[in-house]
Amino acid sequence: MLTVFSLSIIAMASEGGGSLIDVNPGVIFWTVVTFLILLLILKKFAWKPILTALEQRETAIRESLEKAERAKEDAQKVLDANQANLAKAEEESKQIINQSRAYAEKLKEQIIQESKENAKKMIDEAAAEIDRKKDAAFDELKNQVAEIAVKAAEKILRETLDNETRKKLVDKYIGEIGKN
Amino acid sequence: MFLSKTSEVAAAADTLKKAVQSSNSDPSWIMHHVLDSNSINFEPFGTIYLPHLQLFGLDISITKHVFFIWIIAIVLIVFALIAAKGYKKSLVPKGISNFLEIIIIFIRDEIVKPSIGKGYESYLPYMLTLFMFILLSNLFGLIPYSTTVTSNIAVTAALAGISFVVTQYSGMKSYGVLKYFKNLIPSGMPGWIIPIIIPLEILGLFTKPFALCIRLFANMIAGHIVIFSLLGLIFIMHTIYVAPVSVGFALFIEMLELLVALIQAYVFTMLTALFIGMAKHSDH
Repeated sequence: MLTVFSLSIIAMASEGGGSLIDVNPGVIFWTVVTFLILLLILKKFAWKPILTALEQRETAIRESLEKAERAKEDAQKVLDANQANLAKAEEESKQIINQSRAYAEKLKEQIIQESKENAKKMIDEAAAEIDRKKDAAFDELKNQVAEIAVKAAEKILRETLDNETRKKLVDKYIGEIGKN
Repeated sequence: MFLSKTSEVAAAADTLKKAVQSSNSDPSWIMHHVLDSNSINFEPFGTIYLPHLQLFGLDISITKHVFFIWIIAIVLIVFALIAAKGYKKSLVPKGISNFLEIIIIFIRDEIVKPSIGKGYESYLPYMLTLFMFILLSNLFGLIPYSTTVTSNIAVTAALAGISFVVTQYSGMKSYGVLKYFKNLIPSGMPGWIIPIIIPLEILGLFTKPFALCIRLFANMIAGHIVIFSLLGLIFIMHTIYVAPVSVGFALFIEMLELLVALIQAYVFTMLTALFIGMAKHSDH
């Protein structure tokens, strides 16, 4: 209001030198009316839809960025879990291998020990057997030798000697054999 | 640019007779092209005479400038509606929508949001309309056979008046009428200074829109007067040899006008946003 008023004053004051700053109230009226109608129409049919669309788009972009961020975090989490699992599995497998290696080692030792023992036992047994067999053979040999000797002596006695001499001889030999 | 130039040469030529008749020193032919009138000249095709209207004793004749304000409004509406339609198909705009979006986002993020702050959304349609209207009005002045409506002080006064009303409304809305006027007086003032401060503050309220009005008007009219004066030199000096210089300088000024058209639209919108922001947060 005052603007218009002061402008009119200036316009009146400088009326002589052209009317550049002559304020025409009609033009003010039409400008205000046109501007207000323009504002109403644009607000309803242009700015509102455009601004809403812009906001929607910005929200959509923000949301998708957040979603992407969240997805990334989730993926990282899964990756971390996987890595942890992998490490655990590796650890476990190592442990299993170690365990089995130790077990195998023990088993080997045991088997070797057992087989050594077995071998020793077998050797011992064999030695015992050999001893026994040797003893038996020796006994048999002794018996046979004795038998043969008896028989030989019998034969000799029967054939050659008189009773007395035979007796002496037999005794002497038998004594000798017995010493052996 | 070229078309515009030829139109101004044509405009200058059609007033050659007048310039010669008025002993080469009367500048009224320039005024004739800058001022508002009740007819639209399409020399050499003819002249459209616009109707005279009266409303409650007020002369509301449709003048040349009013006619072009309507043309600008229609162009703006068509332009904006096409742009708005582009968003119906998809959220990612193309063509005109894309171009308009640059302006809208610039105004929203660089002017309105930082200046007004919280609650800026409700002022956005007004600011966008203001910027687009002033920008289009300024640019229309560069089109042949058109006229610069913003070089009419009544138009800029009306725009500044609307800006003033919006500013006061925003202040009163956020504080209430009484508190708003109380906030005009800076706090912590000694009592005896208040009688001096009050008229100053009230004057300050009105100088802001007054400055808005004069700034836009003067900037827009100055370029045109300079262009017409440069071209007028050809006819005043009665020689064709000055024409290249005149046209060259006029072309330069015209380029400058293109820049000024943008800058003035920006400045008007920016300052209005600032004033609204100041009125909204005047308690500090």
